[in-house]
Amino acid sequence: MAPIIELRNLTKRFGKGKETVTAVDAVSFAIEPGETVCLVGESGCGKSTTGRMVAGLLDPTAGEVLFEGKSISKLDSTAFRRYRQSVQIIHQDPYSSLNPTQTIREIITAPLLRHNKVKKRGDAEGRALALLEVVDLTPARDIIDKYPHQLSGGQRQRVAVARALTVDPKFIVADEAVSMVDVSIRVSILTMLARLKQEFDVTFLFITHDLALAKYFAWEGRITVMYLGRVVEDGPTQRLITDARHPYTQALLSAVPEADPELAHHKRQIELRGAEIPSLLALPPGCTFHPRCPYFVPGQCDVAAPPLEPVAEGGRVACPVRKLEHISLLV
Amino acid sequence: MGVIRGFFRWLSTTLKLMTYNKAGFIGFLATCSILIVCLIGPFFIPLDTTTKIDQIYQPPSAEHWFGTDHQGRDIFSQIVHGGKDVIYVAVVAAFLSTAIAVTFGTMSAFAGGKIDGAIMGFTDIFLTIPQFPLLAVLAAFITLDNLTYLGIFLGLLGWAALLRAVRAQALSLKERDFVEAARALDLGTLHIVFRELVPNMMTYIVISFTLALTAAVYTQVGLVLLGLVPVSSSNWGVMISMAWTQGAIFFRDAMWRIMMPILAIALFQLSVITMTRSLELAFNPRLRTMV
Repeated sequence: MAPIIELRNLTKRFGKGKETVTAVDAVSFAIEPGETVCLVGESGCGKSTTGRMVAGLLDPTAGEVLFEGKSISKLDSTAFRRYRQSVQIIHQDPYSSLNPTQTIREIITAPLLRHNKVKKRGDAEGRALALLEVVDLTPARDIIDKYPHQLSGGQRQRVAVARALTVDPKFIVADEAVSMVDVSIRVSILTMLARLKQEFDVTFLFITHDLALAKYFAWEGRITVMYLGRVVEDGPTQRLITDARHPYTQALLSAVPEADPELAHHKRQIELRGAEIPSLLALPPGCTFHPRCPYFVPGQCDVAAPPLEPVAEGGRVACPVRKLEHISLLV
Repeated sequence: MGVIRGFFRWLSTTLKLMTYNKAGFIGFLATCSILIVCLIGPFFIPLDTTTKIDQIYQPPSAEHWFGTDHQGRDIFSQIVHGGKDVIYVAVVAAFLSTAIAVTFGTMSAFAGGKIDGAIMGFTDIFLTIPQFPLLAVLAAFITLDNLTYLGIFLGLLGWAALLRAVRAQALSLKERDFVEAARALDLGTLHIVFRELVPNMMTYIVISFTLALTAAVYTQVGLVLLGLVPVSSSNWGVMISMAWTQGAIFFRDAMWRIMMPILAIALFQLSVITMTRSLELAFNPRLRTMV
């Protein structure tokens, strides 16, 4: 069976001439149906751009996105509409992802009516109420006639999820879906999303800058780590968390705060050579992480960009220096 | 029944919101009063057409509220009868120019690329043509003796600046996440333009409509004053034009004759412009739910 989504050398450049910024640089990975993949990286590393290209909302400069084995740029209009509805996106900011002039009823019923997801016009309300219940907005009757500004950030994000579910998607790009939501309700939204994986058979691409969230959401899945537009490491979550190979992944891991002071005390901190992220306008040659990397080898790292190579324990890593080394962060 | 009750609830909420701005609400009441007088008044107040030699150029009095003209006719009755044509032409013109600007402005912003380039190129060229001389020249070729045609004519000339403004607004709105979500849901361009973008520009569009209305009033009065539009009925513009051509500005006694239509126009414009302050409130969904 073909992967539900596959990225092949996906590249996006913004700007013209000297001002060109390569936001996403030859990213390739595949997502199998039912799998949960997290895309992790700091802000500006191209993870949201990748997500928007996967959802077909942004055209790539080079490379292609394949949906069920077929390149989306080559789909005929019927197939493209099927892809369009099968892949939905949940945006980061629940304050701008809902139209302030529409009630929740209008927001949810518009796609239902447009795509004939209900038999009669009158059935739309019932379906909308049911979807609101699915995302734990209860009692749904109290919510449906409200405007977005009358809801909290968490409630709005749930409405955005319900709206995505109206078209029975198979794949959802969750772009920092809980980053702007209050910390106390993050877990309940993550649990709700995890439940949708089972109930609606949805595959998730979960984009986040927070490795702790990725670990929580995709414990059974995979994590892909991006740095300045390139994938530096990917692999099954459990391998990546316990046995990170790329120095950048290690740095991210060591930056995750531990609640347990005993654990925090023993945790090994990666000493970076520099804290500054290079500008996308002037990327360092070779491995873009080398100016910050503690394992920098002059003459090797700053010459050629290291390719992603498979690791025996699962996944790929783009660091010839550390590829074979096994280090544990917990001494 | 539900629809009717819903409408009344909407109406009462809207009216309540409009009272939040005192000046705006006074403007709204004044606009309503002028509309009532101009549209219903003619059924109750007969137009005074009889020449009365002994009543020429009377100042305002209990009998003649606004004085009399050069034939001793009551100016008040002429003002009451002279408003509806001016307002009708202005409304037709404002509706047309706003509709053109909103439709093509949002389409231009949303479609981008060649369509955007073509629409904007045409708009820019259109903007460089001086409007009033063009009107004057066109009026010489086209006989605008029909009020609806005059309104359409003015509307076809008045959309360009508003189109640019609408496009700029739509450009910023279309980058918002809810528009992207609508694209992902495949809701269609018409839905995105008229259900997602336009409602968010409603305040702006309504205010632009009222400004287009005032502009159309001035343009048509200007055309009448220059004698370029042969509108035969008695309207405010014709009244000024007649007074002007008969040298009313040189007679002290004729002041009322030329001042009253000018005041009527100025008062109407002032009311409409002040009313926009309240309209801003009425179209804000955030305020709507707080009532």
